[in-house]
Amino acid sequence: MTAPALVAHGLALRGRLHTTDLSLDAGALTLLVGPNGAGKTSLIHRIAGVGEGHGHTLIAGEPLAVMSPSRRIGRIALLPASREIAWPLTARDLVALGLGGRSDSQAVEDVLASLHAVRFADRRMDQLSTGERARVLLARALVARPAVLLLDEPAAHLDPARQIAMLERLREAAQRGAAVLASIHDLALARSFADRVLVMNDGYIVADGAPAEALAEGLLQSVFGVRWEAEIGWVRA
Amino acid sequence: MTSRWWIFVVLAVLCVAAASLLLPATGLAALLRSDPSLLLTIMVEVRLPRVLLALLYGAMLGGSGAAIQALFANPLASPDITGTTGGAALGSVITAYLIGFSGPLGVAFGGIAGAGIALLLLLGLAGRYSDSATLLLAGIAISALAGAATALALALAPSPFAFYEAYDWLMGSLVDRSLVQAAIVGLPVIISLAFLASRSHALDMLALGEAAAEAMGHRVTLLRRQIVIATAVGVGMAVAVCGAVGFIGLVAPIFARRLTRAHPGRAILPAAVIGAILLCLADVLVRFVPAGRQLPIGVVTALLGAPFFLALVLRMRLEWRG
Repeated sequence: MTAPALVAHGLALRGRLHTTDLSLDAGALTLLVGPNGAGKTSLIHRIAGVGEGHGHTLIAGEPLAVMSPSRRIGRIALLPASREIAWPLTARDLVALGLGGRSDSQAVEDVLASLHAVRFADRRMDQLSTGERARVLLARALVARPAVLLLDEPAAHLDPARQIAMLERLREAAQRGAAVLASIHDLALARSFADRVLVMNDGYIVADGAPAEALAEGLLQSVFGVRWEAEIGWVRA
Repeated sequence: MTSRWWIFVVLAVLCVAAASLLLPATGLAALLRSDPSLLLTIMVEVRLPRVLLALLYGAMLGGSGAAIQALFANPLASPDITGTTGGAALGSVITAYLIGFSGPLGVAFGGIAGAGIALLLLLGLAGRYSDSATLLLAGIAISALAGAATALALALAPSPFAFYEAYDWLMGSLVDRSLVQAAIVGLPVIISLAFLASRSHALDMLALGEAAAEAMGHRVTLLRRQIVIATAVGVGMAVAVCGAVGFIGLVAPIFARRLTRAHPGRAILPAAVIGAILLCLADVLVRFVPAGRQLPIGVVTALLGAPFFLALVLRMRLEWRG
C-alpha cells in the first residue's frame, strides 16, 4: 500500500463545507456527486487552496500552501466550473498556459492529439463550440501531467457521447498514475466510471466508497430524492 | 516577441522622440548658425522635458491600461474609463487649489491619493468578478463623480487666475514643464511600470480564470492590490504633472495584444511602448494644428481616441450578434 497522492486536513468553509479530511490515491478516479449546493465546488476549491476557508493540503507529503507556482506545475491542476475565457487566445496558446511559462511544445501537441483537438488548435477560444472548448480546457489541465487533477463538473453542458468521452479521458489520466477527483451530476456515469464515489449533502461527505456501496438505493432517495426505475431512468422518490 | 521586433520598437521610439525634438524645424538652422547656445537651451530646457514627459506619460497609460484590462479580464477597462485619471485630477486640484499645496511633490501626492481612492472605489463597486457592463457603469459613475467634484473645486478656486491655470492643466499639457518635473514623473513611472511588467506572467495565468490561477499558486487578492497601488502611483504622478490625457490607456493595449497573440499579461511592456509612441505622436500633431494657439494634448487624444472607441463598441456589437 503506497502513501496517498494527496492528503487534506480540516477543509472547511463557513456555511458551505463542514470540517472534512480527505485523501486521494494515485491511479484512482474519484467522482464527487451531490445535489446543487451540497458543497462540491467548495470541497474542490478548499483542496486546491482557492478562495477563502480553512484547511491544509499535502501533495506527496509536501504542503501545497508553500509551493511556488513553478513547483505546482505537474503536481496539481484545477479545472474550474467556469468555461469563460475573456481573451481571444488560440486553443493551442491556452493549452500552453497550463505549463505555467515553461516552454514544451511537444507536450502541448501530445495532449491536443490525445484529445483529438489538433484540428481546431489554431482557432480562437471564442470561436469554438461548447464541446471543443471543454476539450481544450481539459487539455490545459492535463498538459503538465499533474499528479493531482481536480475538475469541477468537467462534463457539464456536454452531450451524452462527449460526457462518456470526457470520463474516458479522466480514467486514462488516472491509469497514467494521477489522482483524479471530478464532480459530476450523472449518477449512472459515476457508477460505471468511478473507482471511488464521494456523495456530498449539506456540506458533509455522507458516503465514500466503491460506486455500488456509495450510491446505495436508500442514500440516493434521501440525498437526491430520486430512485432508479428500470427502463425509465431516474424518477422522483 | 522577437528581438527583431524590439529593435524596430526602439527605432520607432527614437524616431518619434527625434521628431518631437526637431519639429517644427522652422528657424532651427538659422539659430544654429547665429546662436548655438540658445538653440541648446531651447532643446534642453523646452523640448527635451516635453519629449520625455510624453514618452513617460504615454508609457504609463499604455502599460497600466494593459495591466488593468488583464486584471479585470476586460478589454474596455483603462485608467480613464475606470475613473483613475479623473480621481487623480480631482486629487491634484484639491491639493493645489484648495489646500494651496502647490509644490510639485504636494500635487503629485494629491494625484496619487485621488487615483488610489478612485481605483479602490471601482474594485468595491464592480466586485471581484466584473462583467463589462458593471465595470463600465461603475467607472462612469466614478468618473462623473470625480468630474463634478473637480468642477466644484474649480468653482471654489480662490482667484480667476487659479481657475484658468487649473483648467488649462486639466485639459492635459506637456508644455512648459521642466527637466525636474520630468524626473519627478520619471522615477515613479519607471518603478511602477517595471513592477507591473513583473506581474505579466501572473496576469497571463489569470486569463484561465481566478480559481485556476489561484490553484497554480498565484495569489489573486494580493495581485489585485499590487496592480491597484502600482497603477495609482504611476498614473497619479503623471496626471499631477501633465493633467488628464484620455484614451491612450484604452487604445495602446488593444494594439499590444495583437503582438502577443491576445495574451493580456505579456502585453504590458508592448502596450507601454505603443502608448509612449502614440502620446509622443499626438504631441507632435498638436503643434501643427492651425488654431492660433496650441491645442491641449488631452483634447487631441480624446478627438482621435473616441472614434476608435466607438469603432470598438460597434465591432463588439457585431460579434455578439454573431
